[in-house]
Amino acid sequence: MEFGLTEEQTMLQQSIDRFLQTNCPLDRVRELTEDGAVHDTETWQGLTDLGVTGLIAPEQYGGLGMSLLDAMLVQEMLGRHVTPVAFTATSVLAALAISRAGTEEQKASWLPGIADGSLQIAVALSEQSGARDNAGLVFEDGTLSGHVLFALGAPEAQVILVNGPDHSLFAVQADAPGVERQALRSIDDTQVIAEFSFSETPATQLQADQALLDQLVDAGRVMLAADTLGAAQHMIEKAVDYAKDRKQFNRVIGSFQAVKHMCAEMAAELEPCRSLVWYSAHAFDDIPDESRLLACHAKAHLAEVGRFVARTATEVHGGMGFTDLMGLHYWFKRIGFNRQILGSPERAREDAARIQGWI
Amino acid sequence: MDLAYGPEYQAYRQQVRDFLESSKEHWPLRSGLGKPNAELRRWQSMLIERGYTARTIPKEYGGYGGEPDILKSRITAEEFTRAGAPGGLAGQGVSMLVPTLLDMGTDEQKQQWIPKTLSGEVLWCQGYSEPGAGSDLASLQTRATEDGDDFIINGQKIWTSTAHEADMIFCLVRTEPDAPKHQGISYLLFPMDTPGIEVRPLNTMTGLAEFNEVFFTDVRVPKSSIVGERGQGWLVANATLKHERGMLGDPNTAGTRLSLIIKLMQEETVDGSSLMENPVLRDRLLRLQSQVLAMQFNGLRLLSSSIKGESAGIARLIVKLQGCELNHQLAALAIDCYGELGILYHGSPRLRARGNWQRQYMFDLGLIIGGGTAQIQKNIISERGLGMPREPKPASPAVKSMAGS
Ligand SMILES: Cc1cc2nc3c(=O)[nH]c(=O)nc-3n(C[C@H](O)[C@H](O)[C@H](O)COP(=O)(O)OP(=O)(O)OC[C@H]3O[C@@H](n4cnc5c(N)ncnc54)[C@H](O)[C@@H]3O)c2cc1C
Repeated sequence: MEFGLTEEQTMLQQSIDRFLQTNCPLDRVRELTEDGAVHDTETWQGLTDLGVTGLIAPEQYGGLGMSLLDAMLVQEMLGRHVTPVAFTATSVLAALAISRAGTEEQKASWLPGIADGSLQIAVALSEQSGARDNAGLVFEDGTLSGHVLFALGAPEAQVILVNGPDHSLFAVQADAPGVERQALRSIDDTQVIAEFSFSETPATQLQADQALLDQLVDAGRVMLAADTLGAAQHMIEKAVDYAKDRKQFNRVIGSFQAVKHMCAEMAAELEPCRSLVWYSAHAFDDIPDESRLLACHAKAHLAEVGRFVARTATEVHGGMGFTDLMGLHYWFKRIGFNRQILGSPERAREDAARIQGWI
Repeated sequence: MDLAYGPEYQAYRQQVRDFLESSKEHWPLRSGLGKPNAELRRWQSMLIERGYTARTIPKEYGGYGGEPDILKSRITAEEFTRAGAPGGLAGQGVSMLVPTLLDMGTDEQKQQWIPKTLSGEVLWCQGYSEPGAGSDLASLQTRATEDGDDFIINGQKIWTSTAHEADMIFCLVRTEPDAPKHQGISYLLFPMDTPGIEVRPLNTMTGLAEFNEVFFTDVRVPKSSIVGERGQGWLVANATLKHERGMLGDPNTAGTRLSLIIKLMQEETVDGSSLMENPVLRDRLLRLQSQVLAMQFNGLRLLSSSIKGESAGIARLIVKLQGCELNHQLAALAIDCYGELGILYHGSPRLRARGNWQRQYMFDLGLIIGGGTAQIQKNIISERGLGMPREPKPASPAVKSMAGS
């Protein structure tokens, strides 16, 4: 019995932290994303070398077959360093979808590429938590038509997994006839989202059902919560460091109680979130009865606490927090992005009410 | 993470369920922190016998003598909450003094006080705060002067919960008036019927007299009643405070309240529809549920790290602040769910839940203040947890001259 991380998990997290700190610092993120969001292939290669891209893919296909908790710890570090790589889409959501709902042939053709980092898959699940602008697909004569919004995944993705009508899931080749990709530009240039439209596009179906789609949404929500956890933790550390350094009225501003209390409130709100996110990731694999509810709560609660930390940490920095120079806004925006994707907190809580049979 | 409920735990869960089912006629009606009646004490002993309370306290001191086990603790809490069953005794003696004595008491003190405290035979009160020493507790001035084998105590305590019913007090007094203020304090245990003690109840906003003023005039106490070293009372007091803060922020209290509110919202109606159908109230409920879950998991993490002997750092420092505020918000939601019915009190017709939610909403504010105010908690979190600069200390006059004035 233990509530906490294993030594290996702590080491995994530390090694990714170090890798990102050295190889993908803010200066690099800034430079890469100057004209909008990208997927940083060099950092991706480094992560592949660390074994991260194959974390979820099963061992028989070259992956490590590890748990969502392990993946969550990776995503937390990606959030901490606002890293522009599409880890969740390919390595988590696509890996889960294909290994759980793919035919043998589908598994054999995609999972090894996920594991060795050579394949990028975009994942369009957004309509599971509400269709905007009449998004949706029809499936007729083996082809898909329509459009889907807010797909996650690298611009160069070779395959697109899309949620179709009647709880279905399809795989579409990105270069198939009738596929059009339109980048959507969000506040956050460190995460890629796009809209796909299809016109009589050939598609192969996976053996999905609503339960599988729910699992994918749950996994996605836990990963977004983890990303916010890492980003918010970083913002608190930045605020505390700044407050210990910056002087006004001949004293460090961190000696003003108003500033100390802002920092204490951020820490007091965020620290219990860590246990909530750990537990929700653990439940995904090991306590399936609780998994759906916990994913909703992790997503919704981290969205709320993340927003509070993002604005408060910025305030602690005064004018400097507001500048592009300081770059704190990268974390602010990342947290803002995570809040809305795969269900705003209100939506996730509404799902939680339904899961508990309250409505 | 290893939270798998093996067969042993499923059996344990069933055992707790069966016990709660079969023991309904023993459930005490009255609970609270005052002097336990026979019914409460019988319940307490039934719980100790099965390890549902005082689980890890050694048998020789009247506990169950079990190994710490986070899953069993969690199962117990879950099943008691689910059944709506009253828990064990949780006054200042059981929750604060007992763990302090286990850490710092002599064998004799442990044997003399822990069994009687756990059983509810002896009720304790906590004599820390004084009129001039609240948040700045270390400036306390109640004096204990030596006289042979005794101390003679003079001074006054205030806000002393349950002092009017208590058998014993654990009390902070100044024994070394010339020492710096944190080093001159001692921690004493003595009976409340010692000559020279006068207790005057203070009514509180809830309408009950939950705490008191306590006056000491030449109260003679043997020197052997000291816990820890003379002049080291501040250390002992802080150990107690740590347990107090854990108790006040206990996430299981919030868990129990949350289940009651869920039931309330499913059963109460307005304009003929259940309150659960109101999306605004439901969203508030769900926001609080997120927080309750986060605090419960935070609690499991703390339990796990204390079993391993690790410090959980900030995760522990935030419990009092977050837990008390959360309880307060839960009571607030319950009142808002009741709407006009929510203002009823004093045994009014149409009163719901015996007026508990209003009482708790008020009393929680007391708990946000007591045990170290929210602001003091934030000072602690920022200074000890985040390493921010300490409060500048104004040059304070020597305690001696303060005491003399
Ligand atoms: C219901 C209840 C039960 C209690 N039971 C007991 C008991 O059994 N035994 C016992 O000994 N005591 C008890 N207390 C007393 C409690 O510990 C004190 O009330 C508490 O420590 C605050 O002290 P104070 O009331 O003197 O307030 P003050 O210290 O005067 O505080 C007033 C305000 O000033 C703020 N403040 C003070 N210092 C600072 C600072 N450094 N930085 C920022 N803000 C500051 C406080 O946060 C508060 O908002 C109880 C209190 C309550 C409400």
